[in-house]
Amino acid sequence: MIVSNMEIIPGKRITEHLGLVQGSTVRTKHVGRDIMASVKNIFGGELQGYTELLSESREEAVDRMKKQAEAIGANAVVNVRFSTSSVTQGAAELFAYGTAVIME
Amino acid sequence: MADLIVLAVFLAVGYVFGRIAEKRHYKSIIKREKQYRHIAAISSRIPPPSQPADASMLVTGSVVISVDYFKRFLASLRTLIGGRIISYESLLDRARREAILRMKQQAESYGADKVFNIKLETASISKSAKGAIGSIEVLAYGTALIPVDR
Repeated sequence: MIVSNMEIIPGKRITEHLGLVQGSTVRTKHVGRDIMASVKNIFGGELQGYTELLSESREEAVDRMKKQAEAIGANAVVNVRFSTSSVTQGAAELFAYGTAVIME
Repeated sequence: MADLIVLAVFLAVGYVFGRIAEKRHYKSIIKREKQYRHIAAISSRIPPPSQPADASMLVTGSVVISVDYFKRFLASLRTLIGGRIISYESLLDRARREAILRMKQQAESYGADKVFNIKLETASISKSAKGAIGSIEVLAYGTALIPVDR
């Protein structure tokens, strides 16, 4: 399964478009991490707990998108986009979507 | 009175640690930007026809970074008179450069030498009670082209 955010796949020909596939996840960290983050808010710097949280959940969203694409018989997802939104304090929704295609 | 002392301590701590953190971060960014210069990050949507057909792969890099208490205080004063908020400009600059570096790092680990169609996305994930930006997340993603032996 090739995942790409370009409209084409270099060297491959796309034979069929199967439509939009998407994956999303809403996640939060335990309260200890939130307390650590608010302490970090005084000192400044990277909030590693949140970075980790977001990249993990983004992977999860991409995985779900891939599963959906597999289920409809695609072998690649092109033109993938990400979007993030905060649902409540400390929780984030990560959303990935793209076009499922069959390439030769 | 006690409130004032707490405020002063937070401001001093934020100023000192924030400055050190920012300087150290910029140093490391500049060093790693030199190190990853050989990986071209290109924002064209489609590679030129001359580009050989390589394997493609999605690469991402993200960072969540927070501004210190002192700078946030300065920014809230700045909103009274308007104008540039320099302290937030450097925060966003650092976050974007860091995200691009992490994306390049991932591309390198796959053996890629070019990344096409780079998109940058910024989201403020933790809003404080007053609605001011506390910390921001920057995500950089693109398609890495990995040369295949033919």
